[in-house]
Amino acid sequence: MQTVKMVVTGPFSSGKTEFIRSISEIQVVSTEKSLSKDTAEAAQKEATTVAMDFGRITVDDELTLFLFGTPGQRRFDFMWEILAEGMLGFIVMVDSSKPETFREAKTILETFRAYAPTPYVVAANKQDHPDAWKPEDLRIVLRLDPEVKLLPCIAKDRDSVRQVLLELLYTILEEMETN
Amino acid sequence: MPLQGNLRDFSTTQLLNLVNLSKRTGLLTIFDGITTNELDAMKQPKQIPGAERARIAFHQGRLVYASAANQDSSLVAVLNKAGKLNNEQARQLRERMGSLGDKGLAMRLIGAKYVTQGDILAAVKQNILDIVFNLMTLQEGPFRFDDNQSPGSDVILVPIELEPVIIEGGRRIKEAGEIDKVIGSLDVSLKFAENAKQKFKGVHLTVDEWKIVPYVDPKNTLRQIMKVVNMSELQIKRIVYSLNQAGLIEIVNSAKPQVLPQRPNRPTKPPTPPEKRVVLSIIEKLKSM
Repeated sequence: MQTVKMVVTGPFSSGKTEFIRSISEIQVVSTEKSLSKDTAEAAQKEATTVAMDFGRITVDDELTLFLFGTPGQRRFDFMWEILAEGMLGFIVMVDSSKPETFREAKTILETFRAYAPTPYVVAANKQDHPDAWKPEDLRIVLRLDPEVKLLPCIAKDRDSVRQVLLELLYTILEEMETN
Repeated sequence: MPLQGNLRDFSTTQLLNLVNLSKRTGLLTIFDGITTNELDAMKQPKQIPGAERARIAFHQGRLVYASAANQDSSLVAVLNKAGKLNNEQARQLRERMGSLGDKGLAMRLIGAKYVTQGDILAAVKQNILDIVFNLMTLQEGPFRFDDNQSPGSDVILVPIELEPVIIEGGRRIKEAGEIDKVIGSLDVSLKFAENAKQKFKGVHLTVDEWKIVPYVDPKNTLRQIMKVVNMSELQIKRIVYSLNQAGLIEIVNSAKPQVLPQRPNRPTKPPTPPEKRVVLSIIEKLKSM
């Protein structure tokens, strides 16, 4: 049995857990813990990912795809490198409605690029939110090269998630063919 | 929907760059931030928009207008600041112009040969640039960009290419960083250096420097002086910095800037090459889901 791994990363509350939950065939093995009511994050989200989320897609009898979601909070960033090891590619989730997280998203993207120069795509999540920045604006603010795929995304929508994963796989294929 | 955010997350320079690259038309409004008890997604105190601080208008990616709440950007004030109208002329015009807007006034001044069209455009352009360069040094404040909004029909618009502004602004931000090490905030006061009389002998001050000198007194904050002389924050800080560096004045109650901690670098790991067969299988699986 062969397993491959893809990592879903991004700032706190960018929608990583929801993304994996939408596509995983098993109930996501989420390590989310309820936030204590007096923390700042509690206002944003009921629970946060402590170590990682874990989802699975069985391709066939011999191949399984694992999706790992990184913890968004910086105090758990020691886990990032461990999760990045051996990944096929990664997805950077950005909450399009929270510009205060854009710089963090860029830093996370650069950090993951430094761990492993594997293919990646950026998902402009929460495109259904009224305050969402458009993907073309996000491309400029995140200073993404034109060849980097920046995809509109709604993490709670399975088709949208599937499309992001497919685009990442096409990118991986393109890079394999180029090399 | 307008683009909204805070300059601490997304600087004025980045906004100008966004407008330039996307060739946008619209109005950028920057507000004073009112800090709330809530925290944002980055755990910083959330700010809501307070009083309007400045407005910048763009047309197809070019800067065309700017005004700041703490500066008089009327045509009379702008021409007075540029030395094209003296104080008395400015006072008389203010009294007489009534409801006449900037465009109407400009036509009359040109007709009366007070000033040329070139004088007006140069003065307005300089005023726009002063405001924008100053805004580029702001560290925080809520902002909103409304597409296809204009600043009004009676203001004078002067198209200015953004790229040189961004480059020059970047240089000034660096310079402002140096200045901020000496002049931490606008709440500092100024006093003459010891033996000021002797030090001023033979020194040739610029017009703008002379405007500041009469207000050098520990009782006046820089903020108060800035308002009286109708200068931007960056402008007045530059002048005070040069006077200070020349040993002519001293700064009282200067605050030290905050130094932010940096994250350590991480080691890199070599990538694991995937197999094409594996990728194609996953694609097929996803398509069938």
